[in-house]
Amino acid sequence: MARIEVPMPQMGESIAEGTVSRWMKKVGDEVTRDEPLLEISTDKVDAEIPSPAAGTLVEIAVEEGQTVEVGTVVGFIETEKGAAASTPSGDGDGDDGDSTKAKAKSEPAKSEPAAKSGPADAPAAKAAKAEPVALPAADGDGGDETADDRLRRRSTPLVRRIAEEHDVDIAAVEGTGRAGRVTKSDIMAYLETREEEPSPASAKRPAGTPAPPVGGDGFWDVFYSQVRHPEFSPRAADRVEPMDRIRRLTADHMVRAKRIAAHVHSFIEIDFTQIDRVRQQSKAAWETQGARVSYTAFVAWACARVLREFPMVNSTVSGDSVIYRGDINIGIAVDLDPGLIVPVIRGADELNLVGLARRIVDLATRARDRKLKPDEIQGATFSVTNPGVLGTLVGMPIIPEGTAAILGTGAIEKKPVVIEADGADSIAIRKRALFSIGYDHRIVDGADAARFLARLKETLESFPADAG
Amino acid sequence: MVHAVAPGTSGTAMPARTLEVEWLGTVPYAEAVELQRQLVDARRVNHVADRLLLLEHPHVITLGSSARGDHVLVDDAQRALLGIEIHDSGRGGDVTYHGPGQLVGYPILDLKPDRTDLHRYVRDIEEVLIRAIAAFGVVGGRRDGCTGVWVGNRKIAAIGVRVSSGWITSHGFALNVDTDLRFFDAIVPCGIRDGGVTSLAECVPGSVPMERVCDTVAARFADVFGLTAEPVQRSVS
Repeated sequence: MARIEVPMPQMGESIAEGTVSRWMKKVGDEVTRDEPLLEISTDKVDAEIPSPAAGTLVEIAVEEGQTVEVGTVVGFIETEKGAAASTPSGDGDGDDGDSTKAKAKSEPAKSEPAAKSGPADAPAAKAAKAEPVALPAADGDGGDETADDRLRRRSTPLVRRIAEEHDVDIAAVEGTGRAGRVTKSDIMAYLETREEEPSPASAKRPAGTPAPPVGGDGFWDVFYSQVRHPEFSPRAADRVEPMDRIRRLTADHMVRAKRIAAHVHSFIEIDFTQIDRVRQQSKAAWETQGARVSYTAFVAWACARVLREFPMVNSTVSGDSVIYRGDINIGIAVDLDPGLIVPVIRGADELNLVGLARRIVDLATRARDRKLKPDEIQGATFSVTNPGVLGTLVGMPIIPEGTAAILGTGAIEKKPVVIEADGADSIAIRKRALFSIGYDHRIVDGADAARFLARLKETLESFPADAG
Repeated sequence: MVHAVAPGTSGTAMPARTLEVEWLGTVPYAEAVELQRQLVDARRVNHVADRLLLLEHPHVITLGSSARGDHVLVDDAQRALLGIEIHDSGRGGDVTYHGPGQLVGYPILDLKPDRTDLHRYVRDIEEVLIRAIAAFGVVGGRRDGCTGVWVGNRKIAAIGVRVSSGWITSHGFALNVDTDLRFFDAIVPCGIRDGGVTSLAECVPGSVPMERVCDTVAARFADVFGLTAEPVQRSVS
């Protein structure tokens, strides 16, 4: 016999809790797998929760009318002798007593009867068929469970998210919740004590994750990692809509990015006459190769080369260290209207102009079709955004987290300019654009940024005619 | 000029599925509940495609799972006089009223594999209705914490859904087309006391034929859910 937990399932991304509205079975009732066991309600939706296994409902832990966090165990099913099943949240045999992490660690993968299905996909999840492997008694230890399963079962998505954000191994946290589960207060307490110890590994921290402050009291962790948007009351004629996922992620990221990097912006004007000349000359040749070479491709090409000379522009501050990136990965902002995504050209300095142009067209097209792969929007070491495409003179962009700088390109327009030839000044009509660089003043000095812009200008204005 | 976005935001397009749209005419509430029950079972085992039932109900007050007794403002005698039935329903939400001139939609969909999110489902239904009434020149919107579609501070459409084992949906939405809004005085709609109700007829000059609303809702529904609508069948199954 095995005792299986029935957790409050995750029924949607923005759903953190659910109310048990009705138990469709009584304690002692037999259920078949996938037979509706209880009903939960959230907002305007009632949902049936199927039984994760065949057996008998032996305990109701959350009564009708009670509201609990996702992941909380609402009841227990005892399976028939020898029958094992995994719950949608990936539980193994589901003992509820044991919680020693030593055990979970000492027997990590003896056998894995339980499916590692995604966390609580509720009715959609298919419980994997598990061959019975001499299951322990209900009071015993869950030897056949993988550590992974155990951890997942022991914490709510909220706790797992906090753990992930702070790079915490949940197994190292003492759980005081039901069945040794790590609760939110457990992990918060753990984080507080951890901060008192110095962290030697700050340089290994992934980009974008702020280093834990030395000797803080949790305040800085919250300051660096969490964003709360103040609320305002709507008026009669207003429309109130929840932010979708991309919008919310963007909103949080922008606030964090501005909170952390010391933003400074510098500007330069760049002449596109030479670039135009090259484009005219090579257009036909490019067309035969099926390539469309935009101004953005030229800019990315120039950035990729100039960045090698300015390692601090291709770096990020990480704790008390600076990570100088070995690769040049350029993020290119793509307007999805509504929304925005920043696909990344990896190894941009290894591509020639036409190669870059092709890559940009490919990424932008797939971005608009929502067909980018997750790793194609990660790992940028420098970014380019082009407000100029919509006629804007230039902008002052926010530096994405985990990088040191972003280039903003303004509208390329014909302007009268004074040019000097053979010692004589004259006025000519030239195509010019304002460029801006937003840089993190913690690591990039004003003179560095000025030199970077000057080199970029020089590279673009003297673009070799045969570089295509 | 924002730069963001974590992994997992890129979606993969699913091949378009069929949405069978069925116009049932006027159906008593209990019959509609039974029909839905059968269709949910059939949908679960893939005997039918996703289906959108469109219909009207005779006067009826229905109670959702979180209904409060004091949100029905008429007693049994008054109800009998007005010819209003009262029913428990298996949907989420509070008390609502259905009656002639109101387009009721019951989508029987399988939300697997890519739409298994209750909030998203409700927001999508709101989106369908907002787009549908926009086709009649009416600007509707959402209100935080108050599911449904609102025109200003008046509610034009109510939503209450059920998701059965296996992510199969039933119940759905009710859009006031030219409903006699006085019947709403019998209840506190969805438990919200501030803000009244409205109908398309009240917002649009001229007449609003139910058939046109039906076709528009079906088309917008197919758009929002990425389904291919089959022509509305004018028959009762």
